[in-house]
Amino acid sequence: MRPSWWKLAFTLAAGAGISLLTSGCGEEIRVFQPAGPVARSELELIWLQMGLTAVVILPVILLLAWIVIRYRNKPGNPAPYQPEFAESRTLEIIWWAIPIVIVGILGTVTWHKTYALAQSPSPSKEPLKIEVMSLNWKWLFFYPDQKIATVNYAEIPTDRPVEFLLTANAPMNAFWVPNLGGMQYTMPGMVTALWLQADKAGEYYGHGGNFTGPGFAQMQFRVVAKPQSDFDAWVRQVVNSAPDMTQADYDKLTQPGHLGELSFSSYPEGIFEKTVMDEGGMYMEHDRAMLGNMMPHS
Amino acid sequence: MGDSLTNTAGHFFVTGDPLIIASDVAIVLVSLGIVFTLTYFKKWKWLWREWLTTVDHKKIAIMYLISAILMLFRGGVDALLMRTQLALPNLGLLSAEHYDQIFTTHGTIMILFMAMPFIFAMFNAVVPLQIGARDVAFPYLNAISFWLFFFGALLFNISFVIGGSPDGGWTSYPPLTELQFDPGVGENYYLLGLSISGIGTIATGINFLATIIKMRAPGMTLMKMPLFTWAVLGTCIIILFVFPVLSVALALLLIDRLFGAHFFTMMYGGNPMQFVNLFWIWGHPEVYIAVLPAFGIYSEVVATFSQKKIFGYKSMVASIMAISIIGNLTWVHHFFTMGAGPAVNTFFSISTMAVAIPTGVKVFNWLMTMYRGRITLSLPMLWALAFIPAFAVAGATGVWLAEAPTDYQYHNTYFMVAHFHQALIGGVVFGMLAGMYYWWPKMFGFKLKEKFGKWAFWFFNIGFYVCFTPQYILGLMGMQRRMYTYTADMHWTALNFVSTIGAYLMGIGFLCIAAQIIHSLVHMEKDLTGDPWGGRTLEWSLPSPAPHYNFAVIPQISDRDEWWERKRRGEQDALKPRPEDIRDIHMPKNSGVPFLMGVCFFIAGFGFTFGWIAVGAAGLVGVLLCLAHRSLDQHPDHDIPADEIRRTEAALGRL
Repeated sequence: MRPSWWKLAFTLAAGAGISLLTSGCGEEIRVFQPAGPVARSELELIWLQMGLTAVVILPVILLLAWIVIRYRNKPGNPAPYQPEFAESRTLEIIWWAIPIVIVGILGTVTWHKTYALAQSPSPSKEPLKIEVMSLNWKWLFFYPDQKIATVNYAEIPTDRPVEFLLTANAPMNAFWVPNLGGMQYTMPGMVTALWLQADKAGEYYGHGGNFTGPGFAQMQFRVVAKPQSDFDAWVRQVVNSAPDMTQADYDKLTQPGHLGELSFSSYPEGIFEKTVMDEGGMYMEHDRAMLGNMMPHS
Repeated sequence: MGDSLTNTAGHFFVTGDPLIIASDVAIVLVSLGIVFTLTYFKKWKWLWREWLTTVDHKKIAIMYLISAILMLFRGGVDALLMRTQLALPNLGLLSAEHYDQIFTTHGTIMILFMAMPFIFAMFNAVVPLQIGARDVAFPYLNAISFWLFFFGALLFNISFVIGGSPDGGWTSYPPLTELQFDPGVGENYYLLGLSISGIGTIATGINFLATIIKMRAPGMTLMKMPLFTWAVLGTCIIILFVFPVLSVALALLLIDRLFGAHFFTMMYGGNPMQFVNLFWIWGHPEVYIAVLPAFGIYSEVVATFSQKKIFGYKSMVASIMAISIIGNLTWVHHFFTMGAGPAVNTFFSISTMAVAIPTGVKVFNWLMTMYRGRITLSLPMLWALAFIPAFAVAGATGVWLAEAPTDYQYHNTYFMVAHFHQALIGGVVFGMLAGMYYWWPKMFGFKLKEKFGKWAFWFFNIGFYVCFTPQYILGLMGMQRRMYTYTADMHWTALNFVSTIGAYLMGIGFLCIAAQIIHSLVHMEKDLTGDPWGGRTLEWSLPSPAPHYNFAVIPQISDRDEWWERKRRGEQDALKPRPEDIRDIHMPKNSGVPFLMGVCFFIAGFGFTFGWIAVGAAGLVGVLLCLAHRSLDQHPDHDIPADEIRRTEAALGRL
């Protein structure tokens, strides 16, 4: 019975391995393919945490295998048997100390990175501001400085930090572009901020990160990063050729459903701030502070 | 009139989906089968007298265990449906709505109606025997706890045939679960089912805390307590801290939904983030509520099957207590991405990682317990050994998730799904199975045969890695949890397909366990020794199963491994009762009221689910009547005469 078991296990492991390799060689493991400083900084921490935790779990697994093989309850097993051996201050100090040291190192790095990632990745450069609104079940992007809006895709210039201001006019979701960096929740009546930056031009996959009902699975969007000049050209093109977004258009967008990609050459002024306030932000001091400099009436 | 009736019935009973119609048919057939069998064998009275009215912790343990295994089946079927839907891109087996219901019920059932009753089965089966007590501190309350769990679970489970299942995720975040986005009754089922069983859980926490503090045999100081009992003590402390928080969160959301309040709505000053906080103040410690008893089981099993004292007992106790305190300070790591700011995120990153320290110490101590021991690979030990690598990996990925900057990339992805399944299956399910195999002879009086058990072990373990390893990578590729389908151009197909194969292997593993139980029932091999494994603690000094009153004479304890030390010194007989020491034993009477109280809670829950306030109120009046009955009961207990005890002990060959 035993050999066939091993064969089954081996076949499955090999199958898993092959599928990992075939799928894993490419660019599809997006977290491992950072296209900007935020994702890269996060990936550095991933390598560090992998390395440091491996220091503990690999010895544990090897030790387990060795102990189970050596101390099996078989007649004539020559290994020592000491049923009363139950205490060793030295050993215990060692394995209280090892995880404390590891957690200490990881904690320090986490502390630094958590603060760093809350700031612009390139403070010397002037950031682009994009306001993001998750709807059922689509993504709406406003460019307050360019006065344009898009649905289910966003274009950004490379080598320039982008501050995404996030809210929702629907249940809570999360804004995630793994190649550029980690996610942040979008919440109705609230504004959260996420700094990202692309170094490499390209088209990046984005998806909602928090379940919002039956249409959630299709809440995909694209982020296209291109050099500043190309970005400016794209803005001009949208301004010149795309339709205006009226209040009626906006109201229609907020209705549940799916849509393809859309572009708008303008949008009703202050619609983002107004939505935040209307959806509950009026009760929150935090939002008033966050939006303070944009709000005409605050 | 006829039309409107059909219409109402159509809304009331879920129809249309062939899967659900098939389940309806199965439910009706199984219920008829049960009724027929009980009637045919004239077992109704037996069922009422021996089970429904019992206050005996040993029988309550068995009822918890059966419920847990049934719920493992239900939650497992949910899992297989989901995995089948995700095996290939764009499959249409389940619609988005149906898939959403299934992941919601899968999560809720596995955590609250599978893991919780499973750990309570172990609490009940073991703790009183292990500390030399005749029952728990409040046996009547113990029965109430069970029936509240049972009827809470029943209420939750009927949702998929009557009215529709909840579909907002087991985490049930508003505003998605507020009336505005979720007008059906499904969410009410969730809130009421969990509220009712939650009351029972709080009562269990109080009960076992009191039992362990007050009812230990003379001589058993805290530092002589077996580690499983220590783990239960830690668990009860966490339950008392956090389950009331869940109850409050659920109640407030229910008030929002039923009576139009605005605790968690977006408008009128409501704050959905507050629910998320309250939920995880319970939800994260809940993980430790489930895993600490498993740690306790591993400590017992590893020591017994290595024939060696547990290594570093004091460290083990310190770890349990450290986990039960630090575990309460980590909840924000479930929503680092909600924007609380770097100071909060840093604090909760470090507090979360700190939990890994005592946990790591425990793993090393288990390894050192085996070192220079004599290891027997019986089923309980196999599951305990399988736990170590599984939990080492889960612990490592847990540390990765704990760090806010990287959590931003892992959060809510399949990476996180893989992590918590590895922690909860590798930690809790493996532990509960180890405990079930270990204490099965003590609970039922016969051993489970190894043959199908070994099959189950290998199928389940291999399936476990095949299922969840690919999910880590899927998460890093960008696959989010709770997506009912995906497109082929994402390149997620191969890994999803492998994961589905793994899930089916685990399903086969479960069937092997079922086969093992049936096989062992048919070819029953009674455990006449009371100590089939060479045990170390007090429960193994009793016959299997223990008599109704557990200990004819309460023993005097002098060692941590009392039974092992007695055996070593050849003094086993000193733990048997001497006829002249046997006195009348004061025991609680059986009562049908806890069962009726569960029924009343069920009626109340069902009424409120549908917004039928009168029905709900009637149910609550019933609950009050049950409470009044208990308060006015002058004779809730009786004495077992010494002669009867002598006869019982003699029949067991102990006099």
